[in-house]
Amino acid sequence: MNLVEGIFVKPFQDMFGAPDFLIQVLWEGLVAGVLYALIALGFVLIYKSSRIFNFAQGIMVVFAALTLVGLYEKGVPALLALPLTLVVMFLLAVAIERVVLRPLVNQPDIILFMATIGITLFLIGFGEIIFGGENKVMITEQLFIPTGSFTFEPFGGFVSIEQKDLTAVIGAVLLVAGLILFLNKSKMGRAIRALGDDHQAALSVGISLSTIWVLVWFIAGVIALATGIVWGARAGVSFALEVIAFKALPVLMLGGLESVPGAIIGGLAIGILEKLFEIYWGQPLLGGNTETWFAFVFALIVLLFRPQGLFGEKIIERV
Amino acid sequence: MNGTEPAIAPATPILSVNNIEVIYDHVILVLKGVSLTVPQGGITALLGANGAGKTTTLKAISNLLHAERGEVTKGSIVFEGNEVQALSPNDLVRRGCIQVMEGRHCFGHLTVEDNLMTGAFTRRDGKAAIRADLDLVYEYFPRLKVRHSSQAGYTSGGEQQMTAIGRALMSRPKMILLDEPSMGLAPQLVEEIFEIVKKLNEEQGVSFLLAEQNTNVALRFAKYGYILESGRIVLDGEASALRENEDVKEFYLGVAGEGRKSFKDVKHYKRRKRWLA
Repeated sequence: MNLVEGIFVKPFQDMFGAPDFLIQVLWEGLVAGVLYALIALGFVLIYKSSRIFNFAQGIMVVFAALTLVGLYEKGVPALLALPLTLVVMFLLAVAIERVVLRPLVNQPDIILFMATIGITLFLIGFGEIIFGGENKVMITEQLFIPTGSFTFEPFGGFVSIEQKDLTAVIGAVLLVAGLILFLNKSKMGRAIRALGDDHQAALSVGISLSTIWVLVWFIAGVIALATGIVWGARAGVSFALEVIAFKALPVLMLGGLESVPGAIIGGLAIGILEKLFEIYWGQPLLGGNTETWFAFVFALIVLLFRPQGLFGEKIIERV
Repeated sequence: MNGTEPAIAPATPILSVNNIEVIYDHVILVLKGVSLTVPQGGITALLGANGAGKTTTLKAISNLLHAERGEVTKGSIVFEGNEVQALSPNDLVRRGCIQVMEGRHCFGHLTVEDNLMTGAFTRRDGKAAIRADLDLVYEYFPRLKVRHSSQAGYTSGGEQQMTAIGRALMSRPKMILLDEPSMGLAPQLVEEIFEIVKKLNEEQGVSFLLAEQNTNVALRFAKYGYILESGRIVLDGEASALRENEDVKEFYLGVAGEGRKSFKDVKHYKRRKRWLA
């Protein structure tokens, strides 16, 4: 009886008993969710335009953050290090297209997937050689990201919102809005969507695969850099960051591999739900630390009922 | 073949394919020496049954073969005086040679208008010119204008075929390789599409190489025709001559010369066919 009450009654009593704490939990979940969404977006873009499941997305986050901090440590001013890092990510995209994608075009998907594992290993080694393997601190202040926190008191309680989290959320929203605008309104964006729909036809109308691939990998690199800055500001920059990319997997299952809105909504949903579950069910009933597995179990349950994911692209079929 | 030697071929054809051989996956020989020419401003039909190699020929010209692990191992393809085998499809579109693939291949999730606009990917002559060409495409295909904001995947087969041709037009082509435009369309619609092709040819000066199974329609609109059988050209001539050719009538137009056939004639048919190949 106690268990039933613990599952169905008490959590909700807690939530409505302390709404200020609930708001705090939801906010924390939202911030984590924004990051999951960003990483998932990187996966989706690359998958849509080249049918490659990019295992290297996680390490690209680390590599971007590491390059930024590493350049700063080598004496480059922070505001110059940022555009320089973008240049590095662009060169990386060009190199990947030339060395990895172009020779492997038309190979089975699994081979390209293996190639991205190769890219992962290369980036780990390369990053370590150039910038060293020890943990680094993100140059938050130098990039003029505010570090204080707002507090306010709804319902007579107390909620604290860190300014860097707020900056991260606003930055992510702007980035995503810009990306959606780019995909829907620009010539290149249209070409990316066309390539996602029909590879052969895209080739036949003269869409250049190499151009699009470089572009898409560069966008994924930019997203990785944004993710790296935000995550690095919260947890420091280390190769351990790579594992957050795996958090994107349940997001992708949930959102569907090809859907941009799916990645965003899926990311936010997972971020918020796992926080809520951890605080109101995990800690009292299961001894905590549920965040490591909740997303996967949740995705698994969703997949049982919707194998194409919640927002998987509808296959248009005429009869 | 039929007395009238190709009087239409002007000095330099826009496209000439010289004795090409195509091999898929390094082992499957599909084209065994195909040669053909398309005159400047002409409509040339490439006819033949399923699997004869029509699509392969077109894809060899537009360089889409590579994406299917096929390659041209012998012969040459000359477009406007330059050999083009080594170019990417992208370069070829830029030079004015574009393929409309069999089965339409519209971008299903894009709107009709976005589909058309993808055709302008290779162009560098500014938004105004592209906009003007979009209006031109809508003039030729008024139905696309009505449907411009629907997702292409939800439009009818005829509309998709029009979208595919319109999309190719947006690249300002000098030549369109049109693969099986009649596939899966009602006869009336086939007629409509071919009328538009003829208009485009006359008014915009676009040359066409037309792969068709529907020999009847194709020979009415084309000026010259080639018949392809198991990877070889077995017959060619002016469309009017081909239409009158006894073999073409019998094998491709389904017009029997002398009433009912006996089994003896069928054997004769096979022997003649083998001789042709």
